[in-house]
Amino acid sequence: MKLELRGITKRFGSLVANDHINLVVNSGEIHALLGENGAGKSTLMNVLYGLYTADEGDILLDGVVQKFKGPGDAMAAGIGMVHQHFMLIPVFTVAENVVLGHEPTGILDTLDIDTARKRVREISDRFGFEIDPDALVEDLPVGSQQRVEIIKALARDAKVLVLDEPTAVLTPQETDELMGIMKGLAKAGTSIVFITHKLREVQAVADRITVIRLGAVVGEAKPTDSAATLATMMVGRAVDLSVSKKEPKRGETGLSVAGLTVIGDRNNKVVDDVSFEVHAGEVLAIAGVQGNGQTELAEALVGLRTPSAGSIHLGKMDITHSSVRDVIDAGVGYIPEDRSKDGLVGDFTIAENFMINRSYGPPFAKGLNIDFGNRERIASQLIGDYDVRTPSQVTLAKNLSGGNQQKVVVARELSRDLNLLIASQPTRGVDVGSIEFIHERIIATRDAGKPVVIVSTELDEVTSLADRIAVMYRGRIVGIVDAKTSRETLGRMMAGATV
Amino acid sequence: MSDVTETPVERRGVAVVREIMSGGSTRAILSVVAGFVIGAIFMVFSSEEFLAAAQYLTSRPTDALSAAWTAIAEGYSALFRGSIYNYKADDFVAAIRPMTETLRFAGPLIASGLGIALAFRVGLFNIGASGQLLFGALWATWISTRVSLPGGVHLVVAVLVAILGAAAYGAVVGFLKARTGAHEVIVTIMLNYIAAGILTFFFRTPELLREVDGGGTPKSDAPALTAQLPLLLGSEFTLHAGFILAIVGVFVYWWLMERSTLGFRFRMVGHNADAARTAGINVERTFVVAMAVSGAFVGLAAANQALGVQAGLTPDLDGSIGFDAITVALLGSSTAPGVLLAGLLFGAFKAGAPQMQVIGLSPEITGVVQGFIVLFIAAPPLVRAIFRLPPPQKTTVIADWWHKLTTKGDAK
Repeated sequence: MKLELRGITKRFGSLVANDHINLVVNSGEIHALLGENGAGKSTLMNVLYGLYTADEGDILLDGVVQKFKGPGDAMAAGIGMVHQHFMLIPVFTVAENVVLGHEPTGILDTLDIDTARKRVREISDRFGFEIDPDALVEDLPVGSQQRVEIIKALARDAKVLVLDEPTAVLTPQETDELMGIMKGLAKAGTSIVFITHKLREVQAVADRITVIRLGAVVGEAKPTDSAATLATMMVGRAVDLSVSKKEPKRGETGLSVAGLTVIGDRNNKVVDDVSFEVHAGEVLAIAGVQGNGQTELAEALVGLRTPSAGSIHLGKMDITHSSVRDVIDAGVGYIPEDRSKDGLVGDFTIAENFMINRSYGPPFAKGLNIDFGNRERIASQLIGDYDVRTPSQVTLAKNLSGGNQQKVVVARELSRDLNLLIASQPTRGVDVGSIEFIHERIIATRDAGKPVVIVSTELDEVTSLADRIAVMYRGRIVGIVDAKTSRETLGRMMAGATV
Repeated sequence: MSDVTETPVERRGVAVVREIMSGGSTRAILSVVAGFVIGAIFMVFSSEEFLAAAQYLTSRPTDALSAAWTAIAEGYSALFRGSIYNYKADDFVAAIRPMTETLRFAGPLIASGLGIALAFRVGLFNIGASGQLLFGALWATWISTRVSLPGGVHLVVAVLVAILGAAAYGAVVGFLKARTGAHEVIVTIMLNYIAAGILTFFFRTPELLREVDGGGTPKSDAPALTAQLPLLLGSEFTLHAGFILAIVGVFVYWWLMERSTLGFRFRMVGHNADAARTAGINVERTFVVAMAVSGAFVGLAAANQALGVQAGLTPDLDGSIGFDAITVALLGSSTAPGVLLAGLLFGAFKAGAPQMQVIGLSPEITGVVQGFIVLFIAAPPLVRAIFRLPPPQKTTVIADWWHKLTTKGDAK
């Protein structure tokens, strides 16, 4: 089915999220929609899927103008969408999930699960998905869950499949498998819209590429164009994705973790007997696919989770059971992975956000009072130093873009006198320009002789920042390797293989 | 990564409070207007002239209209005479007495409203003003009737005990929430019953607080003269120093929430408890402290009720203050000036209701108006629809102005 978007415009108040976007996806084509976070990709796809109504423009399927009042209309017209966050019910089987919402029924309105099972097996066999219709979704690995989502769309005869950032949660191997599946589907005639900001994947799988920036189409590109060309189109200027850094000057041990075990929310060992050391002046990156215990490890290091066994030493100081406040006061800077939940108070101003972890004493407090003079001075200095783009320091944090929000967090944490920096997903959802800036600051912290721990699921980020890489899998550290280790080896480690 | 920055899933109750609080003064004023309009409808339909004229509405509609207008005008001028200035009074003292009565009624509403407002700002629903007030009043009554102290000292001690008693009762709520995860709404409602029971028990038991030569009904002695809140305007008026306590409370509340680091941490927890925890704030301890401070403000109202009288007290000494306080905090957007104004408005309703009864109107109409005002506040889309307001803006002119006023000169 040929999909055509003509002059799609979507405004939210004064913000133009989509500005007269034209897009043609031919039958059986994999069309990559490439753009930074915040470029308007998801808005466009939500318009296509009937979740938003376009202010202007038309959606055409095989030349016929469509009017979608909701996702139901879009699905009926043959559009399927695989969201970044899966819309699956974990305690249901694959077959039950696939038919949810349009269940085949037998006599007396009972669920005809056999028909559902057969349909799943049919699709799975046809495209080589290797999915058991009777498996519970919660027992499946993430990559398989994603395939269930794809089966869901195909079971409803989707002719146009939209994949929204499908590789964010996958291991490199799973990513490769997904790309194989995409190619197979395209060959069978399904049109695929592939939303991503990862250049490598676009080059590997796309037939055509449309780049959008700030809500408008910048142009089309070919998969054979170089990564640098694509990146330049995405951000509108040449960017250097690699981080230039000197050899690390290792000092004494700054952080040593021994036998650390953390029991998680579901009473399982989310961090399992983890030991490592980080020296002053080096960056240790904790790599791994999301959900393998990295988050919990970082939270344990800063006192947000209590370890059930093991120890954490900051220099010579035992901080295993210290409160968060004591850890902060001991000079541990922490950039949490979810800035809007844990890193910022959205309804506070930028200036207020600079003082949230230092409200007890100088420079932000004078006795029982907030020191407004100091706060104003420090805020304007940090806004300048860290290039936070904001109309004023009394702008609410929630009104900033993702990159600027992250700069506020980074500024707050790095402007203190640190003995250790822990940065979890420091550039998640951040524009390329800000990524560069934040990476530079992290390396500068290292070069100032501080130990730095980075937790990241982005392999590019890990390899460009780290001096050493620890790979986590199911709560354990599979191995600690040099930063020059090949992507393939790292990928295998992320899937659990020991070196 | 999605293009839309995801907002954290917050506790639903907190989100609702934030939505209600975010309306600002525009919506508060419009809600009051809408409430008065509904009050007017009630007045019209309780007017016999109107009902009579309505019988022949189609032949002479002007009769009904003018009867309706008369009913509204008479009703609200009675409210005005009862609460602000009685222009029909014989002398000046009688003419301005309503205004002083409004202030007298407003005092405890403002004080307890501040307590509820503080809890709201920390993301807590304190429905327990009634219990905290009764518990504070219980110990203040003990001091005022069972302890002899020199003048001056006696009153100060009694007021402090009222504050501490109410604060302790509030802290229990915070403690139970922090330790057991019990929801503060359930806990405060139950503690209201418990406080009422304890107070009645004390007022009924001769060995405890029952009036010395009283009968079987639960009642205390009148507070000792040395422990009574002094009258402010001489014996011609009943306005006493309880109102001063409330005004002091307003200033303390303003300082606490806008200037102090403790208030900063309260607000931080209220806006985003996860971020507060990550920033090293002990969120559970903050709940306990916040509920204690919330109770302390209610304690000012307890002092007002226990020490602002010359007669013995009965177990219903809290009146409807405990629940009116919630409406005051909501209408006042939990800000110091907002609570002050809202408390004055509802105080005026209480003071003015009897005058409405004098002209044959049901005084409960003021209760209906009060209820509708808060309903409009609590159901923002309703007011927006009635007045065709635009969807909520991120800031309003008044919010900006207020922000500039409270954070001196960080405008850049």
